[in-house]
This record gives sequence, structure tokens and C-alpha cells, in this order.
Amino acid sequence: MTEPVLSIKDLVVEFPFRNDVFRAVSGVSFDIMPGEVVGVVGESGAGKSMTGSAVIGLIEPPGHIASGEIRLKGERIDNLPEEAKAKLRGRRIGMVFQDPLTSLNPLYTIGEQLIETIRTHLPLNEAEARQKAIDLLTEAGIPKAAERMESYPHQFSGGMRQRVMIAIALACDPEVLIADEPTTALDVTIQAQILELMKELREKLGMAVIWITHDLGVIAGIADRVMVMYGGQVVEQAPVRELFGNPQHPYTRALLKTVPSVSGEREEKLAVIEGQPPILSAAPAACPFRARCPQAFERCERENPARVPVGPAHDAACFGDPATGGPRDV
Amino acid sequence: MFDTRTGRKLVEVRNLKMHFPIYAGLLRRRVGEVKAVDDVSFDIYEGETLGLVGESGCGKSTCGRAVLRLYDITSGSIWINGEEIGEAGFQRLRPLRPTMQMVFQDPQASLNPRMTVSRIISEPLDEHTRLSREEKTERVFELMDAVGLNRDFANRYPHEFSGGQRQRIGIARALALNPKFIVCDEPIAALDVSIQAQVVNLLEELQDRLGLTYLFISHDLSMVRHIADRVAVMYLGKVVELAPRDALYATPMHPYTEALLSAVPEPDPTIETRKKHILLKGDVPSPANPPQGCNFCTRCPKVMDICRKVEPAAFEVAPGHQVACHLYSETTHETAGETAAIEAQESTQQGE
Amino acid sequence: MTDLPHSPEQPVVAAKTSRWRTFLKSDIVWSYRHSPVTIVASIVALVLILMAVLAPWIAPYNPFNPATLNLMDGFTPPNSNSFAGRYFILGTDNQGRDVLSTIMYGSRVSLFVGFSATLFAMVMGVGLGLVAGYLGGIWDAVIMRVADVQLSFPAILIALLIFGVARGLIPPNQQEGAAIWVLILAIGLANWAQFARTVRGATMVERQKDYVSAARILGVNPFIILLRHVLPNVMGPVLVIGTIGLALAIIEEATLSYLGVGVPPTQPSLGTLIRIGQQFLFSGEWWILLFPAVTLVLLALSVNLLGDWLRDALNPKLR
Repeated sequence: MTEPVLSIKDLVVEFPFRNDVFRAVSGVSFDIMPGEVVGVVGESGAGKSMTGSAVIGLIEPPGHIASGEIRLKGERIDNLPEEAKAKLRGRRIGMVFQDPLTSLNPLYTIGEQLIETIRTHLPLNEAEARQKAIDLLTEAGIPKAAERMESYPHQFSGGMRQRVMIAIALACDPEVLIADEPTTALDVTIQAQILELMKELREKLGMAVIWITHDLGVIAGIADRVMVMYGGQVVEQAPVRELFGNPQHPYTRALLKTVPSVSGEREEKLAVIEGQPPILSAAPAACPFRARCPQAFERCERENPARVPVGPAHDAACFGDPATGGPRDV
Repeated sequence: MFDTRTGRKLVEVRNLKMHFPIYAGLLRRRVGEVKAVDDVSFDIYEGETLGLVGESGCGKSTCGRAVLRLYDITSGSIWINGEEIGEAGFQRLRPLRPTMQMVFQDPQASLNPRMTVSRIISEPLDEHTRLSREEKTERVFELMDAVGLNRDFANRYPHEFSGGQRQRIGIARALALNPKFIVCDEPIAALDVSIQAQVVNLLEELQDRLGLTYLFISHDLSMVRHIADRVAVMYLGKVVELAPRDALYATPMHPYTEALLSAVPEPDPTIETRKKHILLKGDVPSPANPPQGCNFCTRCPKVMDICRKVEPAAFEVAPGHQVACHLYSETTHETAGETAAIEAQESTQQGE
Repeated sequence: MTDLPHSPEQPVVAAKTSRWRTFLKSDIVWSYRHSPVTIVASIVALVLILMAVLAPWIAPYNPFNPATLNLMDGFTPPNSNSFAGRYFILGTDNQGRDVLSTIMYGSRVSLFVGFSATLFAMVMGVGLGLVAGYLGGIWDAVIMRVADVQLSFPAILIALLIFGVARGLIPPNQQEGAAIWVLILAIGLANWAQFARTVRGATMVERQKDYVSAARILGVNPFIILLRHVLPNVMGPVLVIGTIGLALAIIEEATLSYLGVGVPPTQPSLGTLIRIGQQFLFSGEWWILLFPAVTLVLLALSVNLLGDWLRDALNPKLR
């Protein structure tokens, strides 16, 4: 059995706020196998970005990891000192964020930023690093890369900047790439280009990818496996076709129904999930979705459901069975 | 499906141009202009929803704001409810304002953070009516009910509400004076997916009940497919295709529309993995310096020589379906149109 | 089975709290309660202000009524009796005026001039800033250039200039009555530019926001848009600059009075007292200088600290 390249167990991330505490991530566990693309789907406040930030170790204080473990190829990385974490970032874990304009330093050329990243982690001299940078930019689809090394971030379009971010993220051949809403701010035709690029790069380099987004269409196109998050927890996890074809958690089912599509059947009226996502301050003593769930029953008020297997490589955190509308036989 | 032949035109836009000057240098001389909206014409029939789609920088938001005269237009004419307002000054426009309103994109920035909900919704009433205080309060409550907001919250401030609720406040404000025409400028772009459906359903319900006419501006093609009766596609300041909804999505004619539709990721892995995405090369040209000839010639997968020299005029390929593309000019209309229709049919069959 | 949640949505904050309660629970009150420096500063400022306002009623003596003055009271050290037998807690000056009372009356003048001048600067600066920011173009250019010129001169110089002009324009017999108003005008004109700049920047930001567009779509008069929509939203930084500006105005007035061009001798302010006291510092009657000086410092410092706290506290939004 292959070892997972990234392993997260019972992660809890909290933010103290005055006399209260805000729980952004509430007991998340999953494994990522080498080379697979895992999509993490959820709305704002579900905790998906926070989980990504926890892995890289970039949670803004006073937020912190309250409990749980994160292991990269078996070694624990959540409890390392800041220096050690900084060594991991860029070298073994690459990251691409949503807004490339704020991720790149506007005062330095992108060549300088690329070379800095490369030389921080790899033992190359200036000339070798420069050549590698040019190669990376070309691979990322930037035309006339050698010239564009001298350009500043604001001289690139949004799509180009994101390609630069991807080049920087992959500069040191990381084992895991964490992409947090990388195409959300891009136009749809540019998004298609970037998705194509990611697929090609993945074929070539074989790194594992955690792709965080709220866009189900993007997930359908790029993910091998999907995790649905709600209220700081993973509520369903399955291979991508299984999730879209046979969703078991009421939230996933409702979410899939609210999204209209460009082809296929046109809905007369969009399905709606009434109410709003919860704001948690402690470990939930009940299912976080119960207030909005069309088939909640009284057990859902008393216990927070754990994930149970509901299909091939497919688990969901729910007491109910959507086929019958009643409790599931476990 | 909205029948365009018998409806009355509520909004007529002809040759609308919005060119913003660019100043540079020490003496701030005018060195050029950003052609945000460049000769756009369309009609909106009473009771229908016209979707206006395109990517960032295409000019759709500018177009929507220009139609409501938030800007002084560079040239062209705008007729709303029979009145020409393109050249109208502040005084002449003011009595016409109640007919036309707007719902904005950012629920946070579109409400004055220092005003209560009740004050925000009653400002239109203060400005344009002579209702007494009790009558205004009653009307505010009526509007809050209509958009699904609890009356108890009338004295709360915007920051105490969620994004979806704030958007409802904005809609209530837009409805206060019983407008006929509402421009919705990306009204759901800033909302979570599950809240988007709530707001869109509300907009549709209100349209049915109050007979409203919408110009629905959005970059979200799947949502526009749901709500619009007819759709106009914009690229770099020009309308490249305008068609009834089903025709546009099933048989897109303009190469840009084809690329746009194929680029939208479908929430279905079986379709997504098999779908052939048309990838456009390069970036959108700057609206300050559009290419000669057709604006799309630098990226079009079906570009011909003539496209680089001559700008295509809008041509009606089917009733109510017009395209601005040399593939569909008078002479090449039959062959090119037929080929495109066959190709489109093939690709939709493959996708299923 | 639980009920399907079809009721209208709840707001994020609990219902049915009064405005006062909400204010007490807000971030700004919390940060006040957790900042000992601010609490002390506000108490000191409050005491000094009350002392100044209530001076005619609570001052032990009236130091500016020549009828009650007795030269035999002069040069009494603090916490002792004068030669004439009266008790003075902070001592007396060369003319027998009770130092405590002079401080109280002096603070009155200082605060009156300080507040008025700052208010004048605020109204002028905010008004011009709104116009410059909203209208842009030539209005912006002209107003900001004037502001730039004013900012490049030291405030004292501008005040002296205005004083000089006033002295030339106003007939001599009216000069004493007008002195305070000229002083207020002078300090106000020296300080408005800071308000104008800040408000202009904030106005340019708010002008772009959609709630202003919504008001324009409604056909609201631009002047009313400025007052109703833009002004309330740019006042935050104005309050901060206002408090710091108040401290500045008090010091500027003290400086001018110290130099002899400020308030007339019949209405001495803390600055005048310092000027008087300075003469006697090296001859041993230190209390005549020290107490007014300490009062001035405490006043300016406490107002400054309040301004600092306000700036930090207003910096996430008041919730």
C-alpha cells in the first residue's frame, strides 16, 4: 500500500476573539496519495481555505492550530518551528493563491522573484537559476519568457500573473501543490486555459494537488477525488464521478441541485438551500447542517455524525439515508 | 420563451458609445481614449429579461450604467418608455428616474453603512413622493415583505446582515418607486452559491408579479441561461451576438460565443472530461487600442483575411438572432451558417 | 422531523437590543475599557475641562478683579498663607493673583480658543475637502494647491501674518475686543489643510462606491449626496485629526500668547501665565511658572492620547 504524501488527522483551527473563540476548522481528517488531485469544495466559512493555510503553516495569529496532526510523507510538520516550516514552503509544498496581484511583490520583477525562490531552496548559482526560471515560465505558457523576466507584476494580465504564480509554486518540484481558489478571480476563458495548463503540468510532474474552490464545474473537470466541507468539517468524500453521480450527504445533494448548467436540462426554478451557514465557537454537539437539512431528525440534534462508509471509497457524515429519507442502517 | 414580435419595446439603445479619455504627461493632454462601449445597439421588450454577458473589460457594466445615465454618454441615443434620455440634463432626467432603477453587484458597497435599512429603502420615497411618515413606513414594510426580510429588522444597519440579505435590501430599494425597468449589474457575483439561487428566484418572482423588465448583466453564463429570455454577448465594447436564449446556448454562431460556452466548466464529470474546450490564445486586447477590423481577430480560431481589415456589421442569421461576424455576411451566410449549425449539433450530441 | 426552515432569515446579531446596549458591547468601548492609559487620559482631560468650564463658580478667588487684589498677597509660596493672611493652595504671582484661580480662568480661555479654532478649521477643511474630492477637476486642483501652500508654512508664521493684517485693518479701539476672534481665525486658518486633505482622499474613495451611484440613479441633488451620504462616512478620520488638532491649537494659542501676540492681557490664557511666570523663574518664585506649564502639558497630552486611542479604536469598523 502506498503511503499518503500528506496526512491530516483531527485538525482543529481556532481564532480567539475577545472573550470568545471562533472555530474555523473542526476536526478534519483526510489523506492525499501521491499524484492525485483532491478537490475541496465548500462555501465561504466552511473552513476549506483555513485547512489549506494550516498545511502551509500560514495561519494569521491569533488564529492557531488548536489540535490535530499534519504529516508530510510521515513526518509531522504542524509542530515545527517557523524556520523549518519556511524551508518546507516552496520546496516541498507549493502554493497558488486566488489573487496573484497581492501574492506577487509589485516592486520586484518577476524574474527576481522567481530566482529568489529557486535559490532559496536549490543549490544553483545565479546563471543556472536564471535559466531554470526561463524554462519554468515557458512551461507555464508565457510567450517570450526571457524578455518577460524583466517585467513587473502589474505589466501582466490576470491570467499571465496566475501562470507566473504557478511557475513559482512548481519551481522546486514540490510533492504537494495547494491551490486556493486559483481561478476564481479569472475570466472563464482564461480559467479554461489555466485548468488545461494544470492538467498538463500534473501529467508531467506528478505532484499531488489540493484544489480548493467553491466552483463545482471546476472540480468536475480537474479532481480525482472530492471532499465537501461544511461548518468546518468534511461532510462527504468520494471519487469525483461517484460524488456527482451518487451524492449521499443532504448538503452535497442540495448544492448540486442549486447550480444551473450551460448545457443539458434547463431548470424552471432553481433549487434553494434556505438559511445560512453556521458560525461555530466550540466543537459542535450536533450536526452543523441540521438547521437547513430537509431530512433532519432528532438524532441529528443530539450528536455530530462521524463519517461512515456509504459506497466504494465513499464516506459521508450523516445519520440519514437519502434513498429512504430515514436513518441509515449502519 | 418571450415572443419578441408582439411585445412593446421598453428600452431602445442605438449606437451607444462610451469613450473615456486618457490623459497623460505633465500638461495632462488627452492622448487617447478607452472605448469601453463602442457602437452598441439593442432593444429590450416590456416584461422580458435581456441577459448581457461577457468577460471582464468587455464593457457590459459600463453599458448598463450608461443606459441609466450614470454617465454622460459620448454619443448615441437611449429611449426608455418612449422618452429619449441620451442627451437629457439633470433636471429633465429627475422625474424619469423612478421608472428605471439598478441593483448593484457588491452588497456591502451598495448600501450606506451609516443608514438604517428603513432609511435606505425610504430614501427613494423621500426624494420622489409626498407620502406622510406613516405611509412611508407602511411602504417600507411592504417592500421588506416582498423581498423576504423580517420587518423587525428595519432599524438595523447593513453590517448586521449577511450578503444575501443585503442584496435583498438593495432590491427593495430598487422597487420602492415601482420602476418598470431594472438594470441588474452582476447582482449575484459576490454571493455564495447557495445564496445565489435564493436571490435569482426572488428576482424572477418579482418580475412575474410586478411585470418588471430586466437588463441582467453577468459573466456567469449558466445563471444567465436560467433567467434570461434573450442574450447579448459583448466583447471589447461591441455586441458580437444577440439571440433568444435557447438559440444562443444550443447553436452559438459567433466564434467567441462558442469559445465562451465551451470554456464554462460543467458540474458533471462525465461531460467535463469528454468536453472539448476551445482554448483561446493570448489575452484580450486593450480597449484603448482595439485591433483594426474585427475586435476578435487576434484570438479567433476561425479568423480570415477580411477580419483583420474590415469590421463586421451585425447580420440577422435567423429571426431575432444577429451576429457580427464575417462568417455570416450576406454572401457567405448560407454555407457558413449551415456548417456552423451542423458543427454545433455534433458537439452537443457528443457531450451527452 | 424538524420543521422545514421557511421563515425569513435571522440577522447575524441577536434581536431586541437597544442602541445603547449595542454601543456598550461594541469594539470601541471594549478597547477603551482595556486601555488604562486612555482611561487615565480621559479622566484627566475631563477634570481639566470641567475645572475650566466651572471656573466662575468654583475658583477660590477671582484673580482678574482689581478690586479684590491685594499686593500684600503677592509672591506667596504654594500651600501657605500670604502676608495678608489668606490661604493660597498653589501660591500667588507678583500681583497677588491666586495661581490656582488664574489657571482655572486661563484654561477657560485656552480651551475656548482651542475648541473654536479647531471647529473653524474642521468646518472649513471638511467643506473644502468634500468639494475637492467630489467634484475633482479644477476645484480639486485649486483647493489642494492652496492647502499645499498653507501646509508648507509653519502654523505660527501664518497666525502672525494674519495678526499683523488684522492689526492693520481693525481700528485701535476695537482691537482688544476683536483679539480673541482674530486669534481663533488665525489658528483656524493655520490648521484647516490637514482636514481638507484627509477628507478629500476619503471622499474620492466613497464617491466610487455603489451607494453613491444608487443615490445618483435616484436623481438626488449632488450637494445633498455630499451631506447625506458622503459626509457621515468620512467623519471617522476627521474625529481623530480633530482631537489631535485640538491639542495643537491649544499649544499654538499658548505660543502666540507667550509671544505677546495672542490674547489680550485682560483675558490671559495659559500661555500668558507662562510668559508672566517665566520672569520670576530664576528669582525663586518657581510656582508661578510651573503650575500653568504643567496644566498646559497635561491638557495637551491627555487630548493627544485620546486622539491616539480613537485612531486605533476606529480601525476596525465600529460594530
